[in-house]
Amino acid sequence: MMNRREFLQLLAVAAASGMAIDSKQVLAGNAPSEFYDVPAYGNVSLMHMTDCHAQLLPIYFREPNVNIGVGGAVGQPPHLVGEYLLKHYGIRPGTREAYAFTYLDFQAAARTYGKVGGFAHLKTLVDKVRASRPGSLLLDGGDTWQGSATSLWTNAQDMVDACKLLGVNVMTGHWEFTYGAERVKQIVNNDFKDSIDFVAQNVTTNDFGDQVFKPYTMKVINGVQVAIIGQAFPYTPIANPRYMVPDWTFGIQDENMQKVVDETRAKGAQVVVLLSHNGMDVDIKMASRVTGIDAILGGHTHDGVPQPYQVKNAKGITLVTNAGSNGKFLGVMDFDVRNGKIAGWKYRLLPVFSNLIAPDAKMAKFIDNVRAPFIAKLDEKLAITEDVLYRRGNFNGTFDQLILDALMAVKGADAAFSPGFRWGTSLLAGDTITMDKLMDQTAITYPSTSLTEMTGATIKTIMEDVCDNLFNSDPYYQQGGDMVRVGGIQYTVHPNNKIGNRISNMMLKGKPIDASRKYKVAGWAPVAEGATGVPIWDVVATYLRDIKVVKPRPLNMPKVMGIGNNPGYVV
Amino acid sequence: MNMLRRNILKGASAAGTLAIAAGLFGTGNAFAAYNTAAFGAKSVADALKGMGAATPTDSKDIAIKAPDIAENGAVVPVEVTSKIAGTTSIAILAEKNPNPLVASFKLENGAEPYISTRIKMGQTAMIRAVVTAGGKTYTTAKEVKVTIGGCGG
Repeated sequence: MMNRREFLQLLAVAAASGMAIDSKQVLAGNAPSEFYDVPAYGNVSLMHMTDCHAQLLPIYFREPNVNIGVGGAVGQPPHLVGEYLLKHYGIRPGTREAYAFTYLDFQAAARTYGKVGGFAHLKTLVDKVRASRPGSLLLDGGDTWQGSATSLWTNAQDMVDACKLLGVNVMTGHWEFTYGAERVKQIVNNDFKDSIDFVAQNVTTNDFGDQVFKPYTMKVINGVQVAIIGQAFPYTPIANPRYMVPDWTFGIQDENMQKVVDETRAKGAQVVVLLSHNGMDVDIKMASRVTGIDAILGGHTHDGVPQPYQVKNAKGITLVTNAGSNGKFLGVMDFDVRNGKIAGWKYRLLPVFSNLIAPDAKMAKFIDNVRAPFIAKLDEKLAITEDVLYRRGNFNGTFDQLILDALMAVKGADAAFSPGFRWGTSLLAGDTITMDKLMDQTAITYPSTSLTEMTGATIKTIMEDVCDNLFNSDPYYQQGGDMVRVGGIQYTVHPNNKIGNRISNMMLKGKPIDASRKYKVAGWAPVAEGATGVPIWDVVATYLRDIKVVKPRPLNMPKVMGIGNNPGYVV
Repeated sequence: MNMLRRNILKGASAAGTLAIAAGLFGTGNAFAAYNTAAFGAKSVADALKGMGAATPTDSKDIAIKAPDIAENGAVVPVEVTSKIAGTTSIAILAEKNPNPLVASFKLENGAEPYISTRIKMGQTAMIRAVVTAGGKTYTTAKEVKVTIGGCGG
């Protein structure tokens, strides 16, 4: 079992071997080739990727500087940003790891250490880990089929084929369901037949409560029985359009989870792992209530958490991990199972540095073929950005600000809302915003924009509602997205207050929002059926073609009150 | 009849049971007289008073199974199980509904104290179960959130 001291030593060795950002010999491309020589351990190894959001090519991804924890989560993983995170895990500032796990010096570090992820690079890494760990499995936590132009335009086929080529063994889902129930079933029953187990204990039919997917799959790894249980995103029909999965019900389903765990143990499972799309806070609560799970390999909240969070429950300890997003990381969980019991474990969350890994030729060719029919459209140059563009963060990101500004300008709106999605890649100053990169922020199956007259009271109700999904002190009421991005309206937020009392001081152009007055509000991604507005990418593309250059623009951030010195908040 | 009713209850429970609330035990059914004072009440206090349960005792032996966040406020699945010996009725209240008392189930001759139904909710509220056993009343509650939706993940 790698304890924190050993982890610190590992990092110290890494640092000593010359991986500091200020060391001339470690510029990208000249880094130690042994970075991925991860010694094998134990006899049961599980690789874990999650929330790649259909990013087949290497990208930049800036981690958040605002990821506030509330209630029992204050100052606990995953609610640590920047130097708080580095300190907690003993990572040296300025290093390759600091670049991977934090936003610190993002632009400079990105130029030094380069892009992350990419399926051709990931494929090489997966094969390397597999070679050192015979029998190991690759688990995919979902949000794999959505997030890029090609995934949308091929109806997810590019990612389905890419995952088969990558060698995924088991999967669960969330955004997958936004392709509609029929498409999901078609892929699971045909493309995945005999190759990938799609598991979800918490998806049942509305009428009789029948399981829609297998709740778990049992695998034998080097003679050890391992159960992998699936947990799809519990709030899919709420956070995403209900009409896309009209006959299915989701939810957290603790009781059924316990039954499934007990069933796998009764059938002889020596290791029980939950492949989860709950989000890390929900996983931590679930680990405290459901017993018998050895590890929860989690996703959804896009938290790159270097080491598992250990949760005590009535019968033992459950390890809870979260493996980031956008193909940036590959988790490797090694168990040493002896006499039917786990005697030790080691975990690593390996950043996928594209410059350190040779791309797999077959996967690279596959990706080229996927993109070829669309290449002219993908490569259309819309504008140049003079600022870093990113999305991730509790309240706003520079790319979201750009989307809000585009919505207000093109629609002639007083204010705008943009969903608090956590996917979306980053661009550096000087980069070209291509249609490909715009689609990274907007590629969804319900992209309609709208212009609606709303009273000030309605605007506040919406903001309070979404804010409660983020800051409810009970994780089971959190949906795992960020706060709705707000354009045109300045406001104050008290995360620790209750719903109805978090949002205050709402101002538009220097005047207080009047509860009874109507305002023109632009938005996109409606969850109700039947919307026919212009797709968001067309609205933003129109705006970008017009302005040609994206200057650094003011980021509309709320005034955050009442959180004290929260290690999830650095501005 | 008693066996039949038990079987209906059991069968309906297993099947998910819209039937129970809508047909068998709904307003004006053959099994129980319609309690206008309780069902017509516009506040939780009045509904409880109308039921003859003005001050029920909090109990940990009643379990409410309902979603933390409703997928559709118009059909929220709610299950109530009572472990209190001699349970003779289970009622469900949605505290912020215009008429908070949603359903009341009479259980006779040792019927299993478990009900499963779907209720309509207009907004986030506490779902309260009220159990009668041995002439006394017991209660527990759980919050079910009804949200606008969207903006997730």
